[in-house]
Amino acid sequence: MQLHNLTIRAASEMLASKKISSVELTQATLQRAHEVDSKIQAYVTIADDVALEQAKQADERIAKGENITPLTGIPFSMKDAISTRGVRTTCSSKILENYVPQYNATVTDKLADAGAVLIGKTNMDEFGMGSSCENSGLFNTRNPWDLDRVPGGSSGGAAASMSAGLCNFAIGEDTGGSVRMPAGFCNVTGIKPTYGRVSRYGLIALASSFDSIGPMTRDAYDCATVLQYIAGHDPKDSTSYKIQVTNYHENINKPVKGMKLGIPKEYFVAGMEVGVESSIQEAIRTYEKLGMEVHEVSLPHTKYALPVYYLLLFAEASSNLARFDGTRFGLSVSKDAKDVVDIYLQTRHEGFGDEVKRRIMLGAYALSAGYYDAYYLKAQKVRTLLRQDFENAFNSVDVLLAPTCPTTAFKLGEKTSDPLEMYLSDIYVVATNPAGVPGLALPCGFSNNMPVGMQLIGKHLDEQTLFQVGHAYQQVTDWHKQNPGNR
Amino acid sequence: MTQTIDTKTVKHVAALARLGITDEEAEKFSGQFSAIIEYFNMLNEVDTDNVPPASDIANAENILREDDVQPSMNREEFFKNAPKTERGYVKVPTVLGDE
Repeated sequence: MQLHNLTIRAASEMLASKKISSVELTQATLQRAHEVDSKIQAYVTIADDVALEQAKQADERIAKGENITPLTGIPFSMKDAISTRGVRTTCSSKILENYVPQYNATVTDKLADAGAVLIGKTNMDEFGMGSSCENSGLFNTRNPWDLDRVPGGSSGGAAASMSAGLCNFAIGEDTGGSVRMPAGFCNVTGIKPTYGRVSRYGLIALASSFDSIGPMTRDAYDCATVLQYIAGHDPKDSTSYKIQVTNYHENINKPVKGMKLGIPKEYFVAGMEVGVESSIQEAIRTYEKLGMEVHEVSLPHTKYALPVYYLLLFAEASSNLARFDGTRFGLSVSKDAKDVVDIYLQTRHEGFGDEVKRRIMLGAYALSAGYYDAYYLKAQKVRTLLRQDFENAFNSVDVLLAPTCPTTAFKLGEKTSDPLEMYLSDIYVVATNPAGVPGLALPCGFSNNMPVGMQLIGKHLDEQTLFQVGHAYQQVTDWHKQNPGNR
Repeated sequence: MTQTIDTKTVKHVAALARLGITDEEAEKFSGQFSAIIEYFNMLNEVDTDNVPPASDIANAENILREDDVQPSMNREEFFKNAPKTERGYVKVPTVLGDE
């Protein structure tokens, strides 16, 4: 029996029927993590003590039959950008290498309340800045499908922890594709929920108007389960929606016949890997067979999504990362410091990696006198047009389908010398974040033995439809069941 | 509107962002920034004369609450991560002028 590739649903049934205890499941997961993760390096921290304590508590809940949720006793990994009280939270940055939060993120609290078991914290591009995990200030994570290739980013450790079977679900975070793009590279299902659906309290901020915490799972059904328990209003995050959370499983088994699937023509342009394009076309045919109406739609401002996204991200990140100044927490370099500014300059010079420095400086540039109108304000105006593109498209279709990346996972080192080339790998996933709409990534095939991902994009707060349409696909395909051990 | 971002500008921006920077780094970033900004200049193709800037994503309402006193982290706990403290304060070198 292979415990490490169980869905949440299957593991939960085994726990409920007492075929296994949470402590046993957790011990097996920890043991595997200690054995396998030296090759993958998905985890920054493996939290053995916390995991075993939470597993023990879960078993007590199950024994008493009290307060049991579908997540009770289930091992999960958490992106290292999300605060966990007492467990080191680094954002994969030297500047936070020894930082241990004194409080939990709201998501951490919600998962603990549901009885889930935290196995550890996963590697990422430093502060979420990157598309391959190679910008981690700590170490590289490798793609479990091919150790010479990247897992994607920035939630690369999260995606790798799933496909290597080092947890039963993972919590990632998507600022401009950081859940969906690595999910595609590692053959994992993952959602970027509507902006504001999941509280950002305790998430170490990258770009506050884009950041969206979302689960990565083995299928759309599990993804709905996890989102159900982390979504909702939080008085500590004034941008979180007050609207009640939908029951994400309510429509999940309903047929998709007659629903309208939009194919944005701007996403199908030269430069896409042949095997990626054919996998996406095959997925479209699958939906036709399921009775969906397929329509070509236009999102005319798509090509501007990348500069809009990056300019606004630079500006927001530049402001957000001002807090890392070496005085109150984190790394502090004060060698011969004459005044407090010396501490700022030295700490930030030594503590931040090159990509973080680039983005902070470009953000300061885009916000500085003389350039604000040309860059920041201009990008906010084009953002309005991007958002209108989606609104117009959703007047005629229910969901959109597009690839998550023009290629499959690239090799380590392939794109590290040219930052702009790395940015371009995000071209299909960035538009949703300035618009705030949700996107569900699903495995949809293989190209040269590497996984291909697609994403379904939906209306604001319509995650329910994404899960329904994603689940329908996974009922008739088995791409999501492939893993490096069984293929 | 093509412009290059020279090392002087890079150093100016680094100073604005309170980032220490070496001459070598300024040289490297200068070339990279010029390429990135040139790519971003494609936004100038878009006519935005009558387009309002986006100011929020979806949630356009004021969030108000009573100003109730709530428990917060105690001082000892708060200082656990502080590099230097003294008599209940975070300690830093001179902020303004000479000592």
